[in-house]
Amino acid sequence: MPTFVYMTRCDGCGHCVDICPSDIMHIDKTYRRAYNIEPNMCWECYSCVKACPQHAIDVRGYADFAPLGHSVRVHRDEEKGTIAWRIKFRNGTEKNFLSPITTKPWGTAIPRLAEVPGPSREMRDSQLLYSEPKYIRLDDGDLHTLKSAGLKLKKGVYY
Amino acid sequence: MAHNTIIEDGIDILVVGAGLGGTGAAWEARFWGQDKKIVIAEKANIDRSGAVAQGLYAINCYMGTRWGENKPEDHVRYARIDLMGMVREDLLFDMARHVDSTVHQFEEWGLPIMKDPKTGRYLREGRWQIMIHGESYKPIVAEAAKKSADKVFNRICVTHLLMDDSKKNRVAGAVGFNVRTGDYHVFKAKTVICGAGGASNIFKPRSVGEGSGRTWYAPWSSASAYGLMIDAGAKMTQMENRIVLARFKDGYGPVGAYFLHLKTYTQNCLGEEYESKWFPDLQKMVGKEYLDPEASHLTHRPIPTCLRNHCIISEVNAGRGPIHMVTMKAFQDPHLEEVGWENFLGMTVGQAVLWAATDVDPKNENPELTTSEPYVMGSHATGSGAWCSGPEDVSPPEYFWGYNRMTTIEGLFGAGDAVGGTPHAFSSGSFTEGRLAAKAACQYIDDGKAEGIVVSDEQVARRRKEIYKPLEHYKTYRNAIVAGDVNPHYINPKQGLDRLQKLMDEYCGGVTVNYMTNEKLLNIGLKKLRIMEEDLESLAAKDIHELLRAWELKHRHRAAECVTQHTLFRKETRWPGYYYRGDAMKVDDENWHVLTVSRRDPETGEYTMEKAPCYHLVSESE
Repeated sequence: MPTFVYMTRCDGCGHCVDICPSDIMHIDKTYRRAYNIEPNMCWECYSCVKACPQHAIDVRGYADFAPLGHSVRVHRDEEKGTIAWRIKFRNGTEKNFLSPITTKPWGTAIPRLAEVPGPSREMRDSQLLYSEPKYIRLDDGDLHTLKSAGLKLKKGVYY
Repeated sequence: MAHNTIIEDGIDILVVGAGLGGTGAAWEARFWGQDKKIVIAEKANIDRSGAVAQGLYAINCYMGTRWGENKPEDHVRYARIDLMGMVREDLLFDMARHVDSTVHQFEEWGLPIMKDPKTGRYLREGRWQIMIHGESYKPIVAEAAKKSADKVFNRICVTHLLMDDSKKNRVAGAVGFNVRTGDYHVFKAKTVICGAGGASNIFKPRSVGEGSGRTWYAPWSSASAYGLMIDAGAKMTQMENRIVLARFKDGYGPVGAYFLHLKTYTQNCLGEEYESKWFPDLQKMVGKEYLDPEASHLTHRPIPTCLRNHCIISEVNAGRGPIHMVTMKAFQDPHLEEVGWENFLGMTVGQAVLWAATDVDPKNENPELTTSEPYVMGSHATGSGAWCSGPEDVSPPEYFWGYNRMTTIEGLFGAGDAVGGTPHAFSSGSFTEGRLAAKAACQYIDDGKAEGIVVSDEQVARRRKEIYKPLEHYKTYRNAIVAGDVNPHYINPKQGLDRLQKLMDEYCGGVTVNYMTNEKLLNIGLKKLRIMEEDLESLAAKDIHELLRAWELKHRHRAAECVTQHTLFRKETRWPGYYYRGDAMKVDDENWHVLTVSRRDPETGEYTMEKAPCYHLVSESE
């Protein structure tokens, strides 16, 4: 549902402009604050809402099918590794949800492949990818092949 | 014009579009090409781009071979049944045998995968699906890509592939423009891995006005995977195989977890089960090979998704709509209720917003389902995309030309939506395809296949002129009128998109005609698309943002044309529930148990259509 920006909260930092996948969060030249320039290309993905340090961006359900009087707010906390949601219905009902977003501290768990030993000639000539075969089954098993599975590709309808 | 030309030269691997496929490619390329120059060009910001920008609540393609849950060939069988036989089984087998290593890496990288407390295994939603807390799925895989890439160019709308001027049909890079600065970007590369997106918004959406961004697939999936590759002359396959989704009404919230995990089910407005009564007639259309409810009941063989759509469409047309999802039972369990809501918050927040706005609490009320407008893509449960080579140890001669996931253009590889014939890849399978393409691209370079590439200044200058034409056109004719958007000299991108959607809807089997088309309609559609192509030369963009929309429209238009050509070629109704050929309402295995392959000649714009053999790997039953 399309986003909008509260005038008094936005400080024009541009985080939303930087993150929006649809390129529709822009800075208004007069007010020097962000706004949604093209609501009909908004997927309500909440990327900008989550990225806003001032919680200045909110969402109002699409005018063609969503009545007024609701809210879905979010707080994404990278340090804690959680995301918290608060849903308010038009009739006042409230629901709260909290989920993890990662199990590892950011930036630490993914290796740089430039720093791992490069592949052997034998591995290059095989069908294996990085970390295979170990990571396929996490045991000593090898990659499946047609041969190992006893299969053959046959033309036409026969099954 | 004030736009700078920025040239990035000496690239070995250029990744165009870094969603799940592109991030997989960039990540893996570093292992096989430790000294190679790897560059990403992405339309948005790779931290939140592509179809997974919003997050995902499930990984829909995981074999679980480590626990003996499935074998790769089981997944091949499943995807084939779901797509009514029409898949590339070599590519599917290859993806399925590698996909678990991708998922195990994701877990190590910090992606929270839910566990079954009893068995300690990944928590299954269905046979192939595992449940995750995937709000940050995209930032996590983006971090991996950034750790491997030499450079990431965000906010570059890639408009064209560059072609080698010394050797025909060999790729040489790509060009585009920065959607913020407006600068012209030239990427000269030995190989290109196309990870760009499939097509939303080529058919008129059910939503109107402000809501037209609430498409099932992301509105920024602008068919660029197809626009780029078709324009370059790559062969495409199964482009007629569009997909229609049965989803929660208006918000298009996903139903997978609801059906599979929460055990909710559907009924008509009278509270009746409706599906089975359509089966006898449907069986006459498609044959017992494709619909055998008894066998499905006994062996848990799935009923193809398109056929289940057909039952919804038929029931609604018979006057017994709406179709409801029965949630009231499951949602009495607080844990299942939580899963139901978090499922939306993790990947389709808009559905939660809609239910909050309309006071729909699925604990007290069964929400409505509907069938969506059609989408064209190659990574979800459908297989449109480029005709690509398979792996050496699996593929038969017709499917193999040297390098895994290489298109029919030398040095141009695909991943995700770009690759045809590999449905049911989803996020993990797309990432895996990117990895496969990256290894093959490195090998292609190491084999000396990319030597002596020449990009003429003429080509670079010609593309530059073409790219900015809509801005020039606007400047030239804007002052012919006082104000507003009605101008006899041009149309703007929104007006063009409306025209494209309307004609595709009415002539190519969209939602307002109940997914029905025929040869006459398709030919009229093609004629209108040709005229529209002429008008696209008069497209006007008032600023750089509109220039982005202009190029997205051109990519969508090209993809739509190819979809229409393919739909015209396949004279049968292979997927009732996705679309119907009114002049050939049956599955015709005698003539059409084949894959459709097209090529558009970049010089003449003419399409050549051919039938490619369909090879099978596995028997019908396990």
